[in-house]
Amino acid sequence: MGSLQLKSIHKAFGGHEVLKGIDLEVKDGEFVIFVGPSGCGKSTLLRTIAGLEDATSGSVQIDGEEVGHVAPAKRGIAMVFQSYALYPHLTVKDNMGLGLKQAGAPKKEIDEKVSKAAGMLSLEPYLARRPAELSGGQRQRVAIGRAIVREPKLFLFDEPLSNLDAALRVNTRLEIARLHRSLKATMIYVTHDQVEAMTLADKIVVLNAGRVEQVGSPMELYNRPANVFVGGFIGSPQMNFIEGERLGDAQAKTIGIRPEHIGLSRESGEWKGKVIHVEHLGADTIVYLDTENVGTITVRLFGEHRYAEDNIVYATPVIGSMHRFGTDDRVINSDR
Amino acid sequence: MSKARASFGRSAGVHIALIAYTLVALFPVFLTIVNSFKSRNAIFREPLAIPTPETFSLIGYETVLKQGDFVGYFQNSTIVTVVSIALVLLFGAMAAFALSEYRFRGNAMMGLYLALGIMIPIRLGTVAILQGMVATGLVNTLTALILVYTAQGLPLAVFILSEFMRTVSDDLKNAGRIDGLSEYAIFFRLVLPLVRPAMATVAVFTMIPIWNDLWFPLILAPAETTKTVTLGSQIFIGQFVTNWNAVLSALSLAIFPVLVLYVIFSRQLIRGITAGAVK
Repeated sequence: MGSLQLKSIHKAFGGHEVLKGIDLEVKDGEFVIFVGPSGCGKSTLLRTIAGLEDATSGSVQIDGEEVGHVAPAKRGIAMVFQSYALYPHLTVKDNMGLGLKQAGAPKKEIDEKVSKAAGMLSLEPYLARRPAELSGGQRQRVAIGRAIVREPKLFLFDEPLSNLDAALRVNTRLEIARLHRSLKATMIYVTHDQVEAMTLADKIVVLNAGRVEQVGSPMELYNRPANVFVGGFIGSPQMNFIEGERLGDAQAKTIGIRPEHIGLSRESGEWKGKVIHVEHLGADTIVYLDTENVGTITVRLFGEHRYAEDNIVYATPVIGSMHRFGTDDRVINSDR
Repeated sequence: MSKARASFGRSAGVHIALIAYTLVALFPVFLTIVNSFKSRNAIFREPLAIPTPETFSLIGYETVLKQGDFVGYFQNSTIVTVVSIALVLLFGAMAAFALSEYRFRGNAMMGLYLALGIMIPIRLGTVAILQGMVATGLVNTLTALILVYTAQGLPLAVFILSEFMRTVSDDLKNAGRIDGLSEYAIFFRLVLPLVRPAMATVAVFTMIPIWNDLWFPLILAPAETTKTVTLGSQIFIGQFVTNWNAVLSALSLAIFPVLVLYVIFSRQLIRGITAGAVK
C-alpha cells in the first residue's frame, strides 16, 4: 500500500497557471523528493496531493483509487509542515493523538500508538508539555510524530527542515532517513535544498515553472542531466556553462562541465586563465577563473591548494565529462 | 551616553503626555464620584472639594435606590450589553473567518460592504428601524435593543477580526483539516483562541457605546420594564430642576459594571499579547 499516480495535473489561480500538466508515478515505499526553485509549484503540487488544493484538471490516485473529491482527512495521508503547525493549546501527546481521536479510535489504541511514535523519536519526556515549551527541533519531531501516529499510506513533507539551524537540519535529516528505512512507508518530500534532495531521495522530481524537468535517481540527475536547467540546479557549486561555439562545437549551443571535472595546473593545460577568487573549505578548494577562451569558470579541487588571486593557471576538463545541450536546451548526448 | 539621555528624555516626554491624558480623562469620573457623596449645597458651593464629615451625604444613593427600579435598570443594561457583545463577537468572527479563509467570487466586495457600516452611523436609519420594530412588535423589548446593537457593532468587528485572522498560519488550519477537524472545529478550536486579543479589543470597543447609549433605549424601549441605566438616570434630570445628587449617584453606580467587564477583557488582551513572547 502507498502508491501514487498523478495524471496531467493542472492548477491555476485565477488566470495564472501554476502547474502545467504534471504526470508522475510513485511506487510503494519510495522516497520521492520534489525539488525546484521558489515558485516552481512544488508546494502546490504537494498540497494538491494532500487535497488542501483542488486540481483544476487531472487526476490524483492513491493506491489506484481516485481521490479527487475525497477530503484530506480521508485520503490516508499525513503531512509535516515547514512551520510545524502544532496546535498551541494542546500538549504534545494530544497533538499527536488528535487525528486518531477525530477518527474515533479507542483511547487505548491512541495511547499505544502515541507512545510508540514518541519512543521512535525520543519524545517521551515531553509528552505532557505544550509546543511553546519546546525547542524548534523538538517541535519538528512532534510534527513528524503526529504524522507517524496516523500510520498513513503517504507521508507528505513540506520543507520540514527549512526552519531549523544547520546542525539540527543534518540531525533531523538523518532521523527522517532512518524513519523511512524502519517504516518502509511511501514518502513525498518538498524542498528547495538540493543537498537534502540528493541525500534523502530514492527518486528526485525536478520541477521548474510548473513542469517536470526530469525524474530520476540522484546519481542519474547528477550524471545525466536531461537539460540545462537540471544540469545547473543539481550539483554545488553550479555546473559551468560554456557556449558551444567557443569550444568549436557546431551542434551544441551550450556545453556544461561540473566544477569538480576540471583540473588545474600552473604549467600547462587547455584554457589559460587568471584566478579571480579562491574559497578554502578544507576538504575542497573552490577556484574562480577568468579564462581567455571560455569566460568565467568555477573549478572545484579536492583537498587544500595554494592558489591565490591573480595567479595565472591552466584549466583542463576531464575527458568525457562534458554535457552537450542543443538549441532547445535539451541534452544532445552526454559523451560519457 | 547621549543616546541614553535622549531616550530618557523621550520616555519622560511620553510619560508626561500619558499622565496628562490620564488626568484629563479621569477628571470627569473623579468629579462624578466625589460629588455623588456630597450634599446638594456642597456640590454647588465647592464642586472640586473632597467630601468632609460636614458635607458627606448619601442622599443621592438613597434617592436612586428608592425611586424607580434601579436594580431592574442595571439588569436590563447588563443583559443588553452582554448579549450584544456575545452576538457581535460570534457573528463578527464567523464572517471574518469566511472572508479571510475562503476564496469565493465577490470576496473583496463583500468585505467592503460589511465594513461600510463603520462609516455610516446607524442612527441615520432610526426612523426605519423604529418602523421595523413597530411592525414586528418588538418595541419595548430588550430584543429590539440587542438586534440594533449587534448590527451596530458588527462592521468594526468584521473589519478588525478579518485582518487578524489573516495572520493565523495556513499550515495550522491545514494540519487541522488533515487531522479530520471540521471547518467549525478549525474555527472554534484553532483560530478563535489565537485571535483572542483581537476579540477582547473588539469587545471593549463594542461594549462602551452600547452601555452608554441613550438614543435607542429612549426610542425603542422606553417602558419601565425595559429601561436601561442611562435612560433610568434621566428621570432625575428635569427641564427646570435637576436632582444632581441622584444623577451623579446613578452615574457612579453605572460605572462599575462596565469597569468589571473591561477588567475581564483587558486581562485577556494582555494575556494574548504576552502569550507568545513569554515562554
